[in-house]
Amino acid sequence: MFQVVIHGRGGQGVVTASELLARSGFAAGRQVQAIPSFGSERMGAPVVAYTRFADSKILTREPILAPDAVIVQDPTLLRTMNVFDGLVPGGRAVVNTRESPNEIRAACPDAPAESGRLATVPADDIVREYLGRPIPSAALLGAFAALTGQITLEALAQSIQKVFKGKVAQGNINSANVAYQWVLDHLGQEDQGAPGGIEHVDVERPATSELPIPIAGVPEVTNA
Amino acid sequence: MLELLEGSKAVARAVALTRPDVVCAYPISPQTHIVEALSVMVRDGHLKDCDYINVESEFAAMSVSIGASAAGGRVYTATASQGLLYMAEAIYNASGLKLPIVMTVANRALGAPINIWNDQSDSLSQRDSGWLQLFAVDNQEAIDLHVIAYKIAEQISLPVMVCMDGFVLTHASDVVELPTQEQVDAFLPPLAPLEKLSLKNPRSMGMMAGPDVFTETKYLAHQAMIQAHTVIARAAADFAAAVGRESWRPVRVWGPDLEDRPARQGEIAVIGMGSVMGTTQAAAARLWEQGVKTRLITLGSYRPFPARTVREAIGTADRVVVLDRALMLGVGGVLSADVRRSMARLGIPMHSVVAGLGGRSITERSLAKTLRQAKVGELGELEFMDLKQDLVTMSDAAVPVRAPARGAARPGAAAAPAGAPGAEGPDDAAASAPGAPAAAADDAMPTKPAQTGGPALTASAGSLGTATADEKATSADGAAPAAGDRAAPTASDRREG
Repeated sequence: MFQVVIHGRGGQGVVTASELLARSGFAAGRQVQAIPSFGSERMGAPVVAYTRFADSKILTREPILAPDAVIVQDPTLLRTMNVFDGLVPGGRAVVNTRESPNEIRAACPDAPAESGRLATVPADDIVREYLGRPIPSAALLGAFAALTGQITLEALAQSIQKVFKGKVAQGNINSANVAYQWVLDHLGQEDQGAPGGIEHVDVERPATSELPIPIAGVPEVTNA
Repeated sequence: MLELLEGSKAVARAVALTRPDVVCAYPISPQTHIVEALSVMVRDGHLKDCDYINVESEFAAMSVSIGASAAGGRVYTATASQGLLYMAEAIYNASGLKLPIVMTVANRALGAPINIWNDQSDSLSQRDSGWLQLFAVDNQEAIDLHVIAYKIAEQISLPVMVCMDGFVLTHASDVVELPTQEQVDAFLPPLAPLEKLSLKNPRSMGMMAGPDVFTETKYLAHQAMIQAHTVIARAAADFAAAVGRESWRPVRVWGPDLEDRPARQGEIAVIGMGSVMGTTQAAAARLWEQGVKTRLITLGSYRPFPARTVREAIGTADRVVVLDRALMLGVGGVLSADVRRSMARLGIPMHSVVAGLGGRSITERSLAKTLRQAKVGELGELEFMDLKQDLVTMSDAAVPVRAPARGAARPGAAAAPAGAPGAEGPDDAAASAPGAPAAAADDAMPTKPAQTGGPALTASAGSLGTATADEKATSADGAAPAAGDRAAPTASDRREG
């Protein structure tokens, strides 16, 4: 079993990321389970979602307490909670930030200490270039693919196309590809951040009206 | 074909496969995604010949469902929590009128305090409503169960609640397989009610029943519920045959040794309903290696309650642990009461573990700890899993009325360590005069009816939590073997008042 916890904030597509991740594993023939955190999430509130991969039927329904990997969609969470809580020894993490892995370690004692196990990616910068809006899920999943090898970029692209359409899908796929390459290029350079973001690219971005409603998929409280 | 689907969307598609004539519901978390998905299917034509009726409340949703069902339609609705309570009056009418409505209950806690998360208090509050209550362990069972439920409902002319844990199942994406339309059509013929309201052949339903026939009406309803067991078992088997794979069952017995047999000596029978049994199964294999041998009895049918099957499955287990997701305040777990009734003559100790209330996660770790405690005889008769002792202690101190109960009302008890049996007995015991029978405590969880009420039972005020963990060790005069059963009073002693 390989277990992933995704931390982010309401509006960043945390639940969608968890589903995309599961979908990518499922496309490769694995048993998967995606569980959003439950309840009355609001824009900007911390949100957590879980994804499991396994080679046999997944029976358990508990939240993931000892993740093999952690994806942090919002760097402001690093200073407010221990997003690396329970990470297994040798576990890996992807953080959406311009900071270097060692800068993250200085702030978060539980971040993976071993070289090459903590990837920092300027995912917000990447998706701003390719998608036009800071919804970093797809980019971070591309980074996750490079860091862990648990999913392939092809499966991720397929999943993105199932969930999104047209330019939004393409923008997300491009973001995933760029983040994937970023991790391949930078993993193990523990003091290397991206203080200036990434280079501007000249691509066609989807119009704002084409972007999905930010918190689609998050359960809403009705008549609660 | 295997698909990755959110539980709610999977259920909506399963309901659509049953070709309902009317869907009428009012949205409430965590059920909303199901009826939203159905409304989309009706609007875009995927679900043909179906009226989706918007109403202003759950009471109206059930009332419309009753009318549509009485007129001979196949009817679906869904609700949860306070929505179910708001329906309650009409719920009893649906069963009394013998209308084969199927309703999903996305199990959720009842307020106050307001809580939108999962436990099973809502549907269990309607346990005597005359509806069948069938529980799904996972989303595959939830899918299958909606199809099976219509078959059962229409064969015996009674309404069925399909219960699935809110959020834990409704909002989780799992790998599942929907039956094909052909499979469902072959399994579930069009509804042909014996009686229905009709403009061409006017008649009335729901007449008053006076004292001369009311008892007999209820007696027949009772018999119908008992006879439902056979229909349920057959429908489950037929569905599994129709789809050619494992499917939902009214009772499932499982052990890590994969042997299909009742529990035996040296084993703990663990009884529960819904998604917690998946987590328990995941924990059971490791426990088995550690010598904690369990046999899991998963109840798919809560109403009717399969008492005989449960009794047989318990077999000669050393102990029974019931995982309760709903609490009768001042009494104990709801499911435990049913289990206790079914195993009254077995003489096997039973532990009620109240767990997962209001969305508290039930973890494999806590389940393992509980079952290890049961194995070594350290589990109380009524336990609250993962109770935050510090929070309860604070609120205890804040309630002035409890202060005299600790010591003054019981000579000598003031010197007892905090948490010792007696010192922190239930309120009913505290309210009794010193030395008076603390019968009320045993009324709450009656384990030894022949022994209650005697003066010697003063010691058993604390037995609610500790003393009867091993009934066999209880001496004939009813003195509770609290000390022998557990070396030192622990935090859990305090929990049971």
